[in-house]
Amino acid sequence: MAEATPKISIRGLRKSFGRKVVLDGIDLDIRAGESLVIIGGSGSGKTVLIKNVIGLVSPDDGSIKIDGEETVGMNARDRARIMKKFGMLFQGGALFDSLPVWENVAFGLVTEQGVRRTDAKARAAEVLAAVGLAPEVAELWPAELSGGMQKRVSLARAIATEPEIILFDEPTTGLDPIMGDVINDLIIACVRKLGATALTITHDMQSARKIATRIAMIHRGRIIWHGPVAEVDRSGNPFVEQFIYGSAEGPIQMEVRRL
Amino acid sequence: MDFIAVVGRFFLGFLATSGRIAIFAGEGLGHCVRPPFYFRLIGRQMMDIGYYSLPVVGLTALFTGMVLALQSYTGFSRFNAESAIATVVVLSVTRELAPVLAGLMIAGRVGAAMAAEIGTMRVTEQIDALTTLSTNPVKYLVVPRLLAAILMLPACVFVADIIGVLGGYLVSTTKLGFNPAVYIKNTIQYLEVIDVISGLIKAAVFGFLIALMGCYHGYNSRGGAQGVGSATTNAVVSSSILILAANYLLTEAFF
Repeated sequence: MAEATPKISIRGLRKSFGRKVVLDGIDLDIRAGESLVIIGGSGSGKTVLIKNVIGLVSPDDGSIKIDGEETVGMNARDRARIMKKFGMLFQGGALFDSLPVWENVAFGLVTEQGVRRTDAKARAAEVLAAVGLAPEVAELWPAELSGGMQKRVSLARAIATEPEIILFDEPTTGLDPIMGDVINDLIIACVRKLGATALTITHDMQSARKIATRIAMIHRGRIIWHGPVAEVDRSGNPFVEQFIYGSAEGPIQMEVRRL
Repeated sequence: MDFIAVVGRFFLGFLATSGRIAIFAGEGLGHCVRPPFYFRLIGRQMMDIGYYSLPVVGLTALFTGMVLALQSYTGFSRFNAESAIATVVVLSVTRELAPVLAGLMIAGRVGAAMAAEIGTMRVTEQIDALTTLSTNPVKYLVVPRLLAAILMLPACVFVADIIGVLGGYLVSTTKLGFNPAVYIKNTIQYLEVIDVISGLIKAAVFGFLIALMGCYHGYNSRGGAQGVGSATTNAVVSSSILILAANYLLTEAFF
């Protein structure tokens, strides 16, 4: 029996900024309903990879297929159609600070799906409840929220349109461990409820172990290991081992001057 | 040799920036006539650009009209031509001073705010977030500001015309001893519709330039708070220079 078409298929993806090579031939498949977590150190190319997938950055070379449809070089109309399949949680939340919380959450419903504002507001309250936020929060402004609440509102915005693919950019960065775990649980619950495909980038191993069905490690713009989450501790890859144990000694050398 | 290289680099940089601004302007104007239209945002920008600029524009026009009457009197009294003061005030205000001064004041107030707001949205990934929510950032952020500025600058300048003339009237009648009825008669007698219209057309062009520069520099800001600060400065400086340059070209066209 032929294998089903991957939800996201990346082949030979390359991206450089000036002389700096950030992505150096990425090959990766993500199956429908899977939760793939890409781990890697700072500057390894994680964020650039995820921005290429969603079309915020154009690759220099390579292919990105969504449901078998090539998206590199796609025209604006087709890109807009493909974007409706995506939701994204940004590292800093990226909430629109000129709009109250409910309008942030309902943004995609109103602009993308043409839902009436009154209906969208009711739907926003439901989604906010799903991420554990009280109805009063809907009327607040993003600047009035704590970091954890902003992340939850951002998660609510990402899932409000019930996307097929959700991208999570460092979902637990900047949060205390308890709030980080709350976000992890919410991500798992939301992805499972929607039956969505999830692509997460993080350097938080606790988060990766919890939300991933599969893990891939990126180093210097290449995928150097990937496999099921259960195998990450016995990968036999010295890069992965150094990263998951957070050791300064190993093949990954940080560009820092010793004191 | 180095000097020629520096001049060459500067010239190429100037051409590249001009090209990028032209493409940005073309994209913005193209989206102005294609749905969806964000009427709520256009309305909000009209309030910000027009209504909230009225106090500063009004005060500028009032004092300008008052000073103009005094200065005109100083010069014209030497030729016994005081009766021309009302005409000079109204023509200077409507054709030149109201559009240019209102444009410069609004460039400082609104252009800076646009660059800062859009620049902050850029560096905090809010513009990327718009894209992920299937919303074209140019259509959502730039088009409402362009349209609102093009529509509201003429409205502000029309108000400035009236207040500027009022300033001249107040000084002339209370301080220079002019007869109010004669002053009003002289104001209206030589004023033609084209004098007011040319000022309003100038204002619409200045509005376009202010919004374009504010949006362009904000949209392309990089590098956190410092980048937003630079974008704000560049927006005000470039829109002010463009206003003065465009003013000459338009004045020559209406001369």
